[in-house]
Amino acid sequence: MTETEQKPKTLYDKLWQSHIVDQQDDGNCLIYIDRHIIHEVTSPQAFEGLRSAGRAVAQPGAMLAVPDHNVPTSADRATAINAEDSQLQLDTLAANCKEFGVEYIPMLDDRQGIVHIVGPEQGFTLPGMTIVCGDSHTSTHGAFGALAFGIGTSEVEHVMATQTLVLKPQKNMRIDVEGALGAGVTAKDIALAVIGEIGTAGGTGHVIEFTGSAIRDLSMEGRMTLCNMSIEAGARSGLVAPDQTTFDYVMGRERSPKAGAFEQAVAYWKTLHTDAGALYDKEVFLRAEEIAPQVTWGTSPENVLPITGVVPSLDDTPGADAKIALQRALDYMGLTAGTRLQDVSIERVFIGSCTNGRIEDIRMAAEVVRGRKVHSDVTAWVVPGSGLVKLQAEDEGLDQILMEAGFEWRSPGCSMCLAMNADKLGPHERCASTSNRNFEGRQGPKGRTHLMSPAMAAAAAITGRLTDVREL
Amino acid sequence: MDKFITLSAIAAPFPVANIDTDMIIPQQHLKTIKRTGLGQFAFSNIRYHDDGSEREDFVLNKPAYRTAEILITGENFGCGSSREHAPWALKDFGIKCVIAPSFADIFYGNCFKNGLLPIILPQKEIDLLLDDASRGANAMITVDLEKQEISGPDGGKLSFDVDPYRRHCLLNGLDDIGLTLEKKAAIESYETKRRLSQPWLY
Repeated sequence: MTETEQKPKTLYDKLWQSHIVDQQDDGNCLIYIDRHIIHEVTSPQAFEGLRSAGRAVAQPGAMLAVPDHNVPTSADRATAINAEDSQLQLDTLAANCKEFGVEYIPMLDDRQGIVHIVGPEQGFTLPGMTIVCGDSHTSTHGAFGALAFGIGTSEVEHVMATQTLVLKPQKNMRIDVEGALGAGVTAKDIALAVIGEIGTAGGTGHVIEFTGSAIRDLSMEGRMTLCNMSIEAGARSGLVAPDQTTFDYVMGRERSPKAGAFEQAVAYWKTLHTDAGALYDKEVFLRAEEIAPQVTWGTSPENVLPITGVVPSLDDTPGADAKIALQRALDYMGLTAGTRLQDVSIERVFIGSCTNGRIEDIRMAAEVVRGRKVHSDVTAWVVPGSGLVKLQAEDEGLDQILMEAGFEWRSPGCSMCLAMNADKLGPHERCASTSNRNFEGRQGPKGRTHLMSPAMAAAAAITGRLTDVREL
Repeated sequence: MDKFITLSAIAAPFPVANIDTDMIIPQQHLKTIKRTGLGQFAFSNIRYHDDGSEREDFVLNKPAYRTAEILITGENFGCGSSREHAPWALKDFGIKCVIAPSFADIFYGNCFKNGLLPIILPQKEIDLLLDDASRGANAMITVDLEKQEISGPDGGKLSFDVDPYRRHCLLNGLDDIGLTLEKKAAIESYETKRRLSQPWLY
């Protein structure tokens, strides 16, 4: 055995080493990519690049295409696109997939949805894989113990042409959460609390592995929410070691290994964990009991506080640059220092996105609003993450509970998470949102976003203000 | 890809931390199927008023910096989305080099694929360059990728690190897909082994 084989390895080390095709003297490695998911916004230029260089797609069977960013989520979605440029992107994706032999799930197919919800749902995402997509929230798939990360369009083209990427290894970071989450506290609250702790650049250059009993207790949906938000902590990839929860989720899905192959796969997947004694470059420890429901107050996911908090003031902020940044965030958000977060009124609620558009998220929201009414000043939406999530929710009667409360029940897509289609906030509209970014203009020019869990967003819909769901 | 060897240009001071890719190129401008033409929309939410007129307080609208090709900025530049439209927009606007104390990983990698050089320097050295840049057109800054050196207008020199492979590709304007395809045999042999060891993947 060589020295590298004997040394205790982290989960990331194992995933990395098992995908090395070639190692250059300068430390760069040629890494094999098992799965490549594409959507309409970041793929057209890559296909165009292939075409102009006369190259083919290396492994069309390793790819899956789904339109999500630009699709309408209204009931009349089949005829609703009135923007020529949006339609052109959808038509271009369909035409490119046909030309290059890539499987394409069209907008009106029940399986259509947000790429990061569709991949796992179809069994296209499996433990031990490398998975890429021209979308930063590809980190979501790390919930399965897969090395998954977002790439730019040039890298999309590189993967299409070669099934590989030239990469340098990342550092190892561990975020350990021990204990049991309190009632009303979810994976989203863990994610936001982590970002509050380490900042939006805290994970830069690292792959984050989430460990500890609170993580093991999460469902696959919760783990996906957590890994999804790794990129908001600066880490291109998040990871959770696969376990029985993972295997149970994967089993029986459309593209999952079938009987026989499945057992063989599980035997391998069980080796995908960090060895005792393996070293991380950075470690952070949190206690689950100490995490309260979180909400953001500013224009970066690190501008986050427990719902019991107050809007920060310049006096509490050290450093001239930080004071300028804080003032800019407060001005943009229309907030005054010292205001109790629970006194902030909202006009819009958005439950959905690749962060929180899964069945468990919709169940959580429905549970909160059951028998209650959406506040008269609030427009509240639920946008299921995929057609299959939508059908399942309807099967469980969740759509009825939500609509009776006054929510609008929409069709799947990225929707108001990034406001590329018609779904957006008006200027100065304030939104309780289950999405992942509260950047300036993210949900529409001059729109104001407060990030939180589906339970918290549902509670805000009822009261018309930021609300501690534990007290509703 | 365009080569990057040396650049002598005006540098615009933009010392703001956490400039995200939504700010560099807002979502309403992502509905294109081309790589070109995005320069007019770079930073549009902070560059223009609602009526489309320019905001005087935005650095790249100031007469001294309208032709800047170097941007000196704050930590965690390019955080957020993986959209390569961000470097496309900067490049199309005319920015060829961004200097910051730190970058978000995906944006940093995307720059190299487009002939745009991102340089990481310690905050102290950034402060020196910001001071130089504040003198506008009177202060040309020279970036030499071959020597990995930045020269200020007063003759001061700063050195910077860059990954040798990325440097090689930039200096020669190389298409890295072409380079990878030279390793086709290694890729195919890897695939053959995996079909045996992990048949469920295929």
